[in-house]
Amino acid sequence: MEEDNIILQAVNITKKFAGVTALDNVSINVHKGKVNVIVGENGAGKSTLMKILSGVYPEYDGTLLLQGEPVNFSNPKDAMSKGIAIIHQELNLIPYLSISANIFLGREIVDPLGLLDFKKMNAITKRLLERVECNVPATTLVSSLRVGQQQQVEIAKALLEDAKVVIMDEPTSAITDAEVEVLFRIIASLKKQQVSIVYISHKLDELFLIADRFVGLRDGKMVGTIENAEQGTKDDLIRLMVGRDITNLYIKDTLPLGDEIFKVENVSLPKPSNASQFLVNNVSFSLRKGEVLGVFGLMGAGRTELLETLFGLHSERMSGSIFIDGRKVDIRSVKDAVANGMGLVPEDRKKDGLVLSMPIYKNVSMASLDQVIDNGFLNNRAENGLAKQYIADLKIKTPSQNERSKNLSGGNQQKVVLSKWLATTPKILFLDEPTRGIDVNAKNEIYHWINTLAKRGLGVLVVSSELPEIMAICDRIIVMGKSRITGEFTKNEATEDIIMNAAIL
Amino acid sequence: MNIKTTLIRFQSIIALLVLCIVLSFMSDKFLTPENGWNIMRQISVNVCISIGMTLVILTRGIDLSVGSILALSGAVAAGLLKYGIDVPSLNLFIGFTVFGAILGGLFVGGGLGVFNGWMITKFKVPPFVATLAMLTIARGATMLWTGGFPITGLGAHFAFIGTGWFLGIPMPVWITAILVVIAVIVTNKTKFGRYIYAIGGNESAARLSGLPINKIKIWVYTIAGILAAVGGIILTSRLDSAQPNAGFSYELDSIAAVVIGGTSLSGGRGSILGTVQGALIIGVLNSGLVLLNVSPFWQQIIKGFVILLAVILDRINHPNEE
Ligand SMILES: Nc1ncnc2c1ncn2[C@@H]1O[C@H](COP(=O)(O)OP(=O)(O)OP(=O)(O)O)[C@@H](O)[C@H]1O
Ligand SMILES: [Mg+2]
Repeated sequence: MEEDNIILQAVNITKKFAGVTALDNVSINVHKGKVNVIVGENGAGKSTLMKILSGVYPEYDGTLLLQGEPVNFSNPKDAMSKGIAIIHQELNLIPYLSISANIFLGREIVDPLGLLDFKKMNAITKRLLERVECNVPATTLVSSLRVGQQQQVEIAKALLEDAKVVIMDEPTSAITDAEVEVLFRIIASLKKQQVSIVYISHKLDELFLIADRFVGLRDGKMVGTIENAEQGTKDDLIRLMVGRDITNLYIKDTLPLGDEIFKVENVSLPKPSNASQFLVNNVSFSLRKGEVLGVFGLMGAGRTELLETLFGLHSERMSGSIFIDGRKVDIRSVKDAVANGMGLVPEDRKKDGLVLSMPIYKNVSMASLDQVIDNGFLNNRAENGLAKQYIADLKIKTPSQNERSKNLSGGNQQKVVLSKWLATTPKILFLDEPTRGIDVNAKNEIYHWINTLAKRGLGVLVVSSELPEIMAICDRIIVMGKSRITGEFTKNEATEDIIMNAAIL
Repeated sequence: MNIKTTLIRFQSIIALLVLCIVLSFMSDKFLTPENGWNIMRQISVNVCISIGMTLVILTRGIDLSVGSILALSGAVAAGLLKYGIDVPSLNLFIGFTVFGAILGGLFVGGGLGVFNGWMITKFKVPPFVATLAMLTIARGATMLWTGGFPITGLGAHFAFIGTGWFLGIPMPVWITAILVVIAVIVTNKTKFGRYIYAIGGNESAARLSGLPINKIKIWVYTIAGILAAVGGIILTSRLDSAQPNAGFSYELDSIAAVVIGGTSLSGGRGSILGTVQGALIIGVLNSGLVLLNVSPFWQQIIKGFVILLAVILDRINHPNEE
């Protein structure tokens, strides 16, 4: 009878990578028709466990039971055919094929002549898209969809195979609030159809909106569950993840501000296709030493484009002036930006932040090789020392500085990117969504780091779409909407309402 | 380290040893000093080219033009040495010493490399296409320069480069060995080397770290051009003749050496020493097959399968890469 509620069971699962035990004798149950939330710090083993449940890693110790029967998935397709689908954080669609072609990829319907039956496939796709509230024609190219819509297509793809379990690894980290709402509605309706969900996210607040039960992982071990999510509090959740209370939830020190270090006047960036439309429209602001300036805005408000423009990535199209220490500077490339003491921790660490195939230490030193060079040759000791220092400072969880960056968990990768820029000893640091995919504890650490950097006299510009975060860490907040600045508030003036109103102006 | 990982790690050296042992049993002419130097001399040209090719491939590029650049550079050096530059209408004649002629050849190779790099970085022409065009252009230029006939009779001084001995070691082997040592140091120990790996590993991250992507790429193609020229000069000197069709399909042998040596065509992973081993394997195999009187047709077929085998082993080592 107990068995009936449990669709999928992992029993005593152990998974080792060279030098790392990612999972240590973990047993969890996935309850039928429930949203099973897995929580844990960065590197706790959540993604690894999901990859085992969905056939990405066919080799491990332990057993999987699907409806009580032992199963062994040889690959994701195999898992899918047995009813287990995973939606990765990095979406896996083919951009230049239509939605319908993507959904039917590998299981196309053909007519008696062996030709593709577009009519049938499009019709089925249309029904699936309706179920996931995606209102675009089945023939639309995936490349023209927003990230949130692509995710909806992935879910539709899972539904085509009649998935019994849908695994979502940090699905809300790159989509807009409106899309999050849609996603939650889809999850609710899947639940009604007795589909089981396994869900991972570091955004604790949203978890309470959808979770039925929580499972905690810590250092590769299962540490407990909260069976009735309604009765759990945020503190319970943090205790489950971290193993203790986090007492000093971050509040920024108020520091005396120094001189103006960075000023931007009338910076604009026209669209490449149409010079009369702007991605960044006439933006001006200034930043002082020791100040943390937040840039808030909804997805697509032009924040990332603003950072890129200031960082010399669009020098051929931009207009306006940039001043550093009161001196006008001409930044024509990233190299110029770095030479002028600027650093940028980009939004997408895998795509833009790291050389994944390189070990940690090579990534840390990459933007500042000059400091580890003796007489033209790289000094291996100095380079390793640099990395060790940041691994200790930022508490990067890894066996050694020689570990390939690819093998780190998401949050730890983010810390490596941050280390790379701290190693350049910048005067001005841009952080684009610095805590995306980072656990509560590490988030706090990063906030403290931002504070420490400000104390050292850096000017810090933080872009974030998390309001509580921006309000906690910034001295001043500018709000962007539709490519221009729509509001500016000091820490004392700012409330969630005021900022939100400015953002949708 | 357990046995399996050791075996995998040193697979090319092991393959090389096994190959040598087998061949020495099958032919008593194989394991002789003459044959050893012969092999080394023969692969030296391929190693020269392949050093440059490795750098290019590490940045996730490809250079198809090295064979043609080799031919043109060799022909230019030979032409300058033998005929000088003679412009009767201006009443101008410039003669060249051996040193001057060599410099001229290297200059041509480097110049064409710069042109490749410029097309690839400035106009975003894909490396495959840019260097394919150069393959044709440089071959055509070679025909023009030589009029379609070999340039021969280049003198003893020039011949020393390809046929001379120094301290008991053939000159081409000296030249290549020195180049290999420099390349190993540059790739492992300098900023330039590190940047090459970074660009091939993730160009976007490298750009956002402020690395001078275009500059590095132009340099890499330039070096590939210069090294092709070095190969061309060695070859011309050894044959005492610049052939208009010299270096035909050398780019393929070179890519084969790089790939057998474990460098990934998707960039960011590989090494110079691996490439040297790759070239040695090809060289030893060639020599062995000739000594065993295997027909040239079969030789080609066998070489093809060796390349496949090498890449399959590499796939087994690095299962998670494209
Ligand atoms: N392919 C791999 N090779 C070596 N180690 C790995 C590999 N994949 C994961 N690890 C290690 O296993 C541990 C668990 O990683 P995992 O990605 O499962 O963490 P996570 O809980 O998903 O973290 P995050 O919240 O940061 O995404 C980490 O210490 C990580 O470094
Ligand atoms: Mg993860």
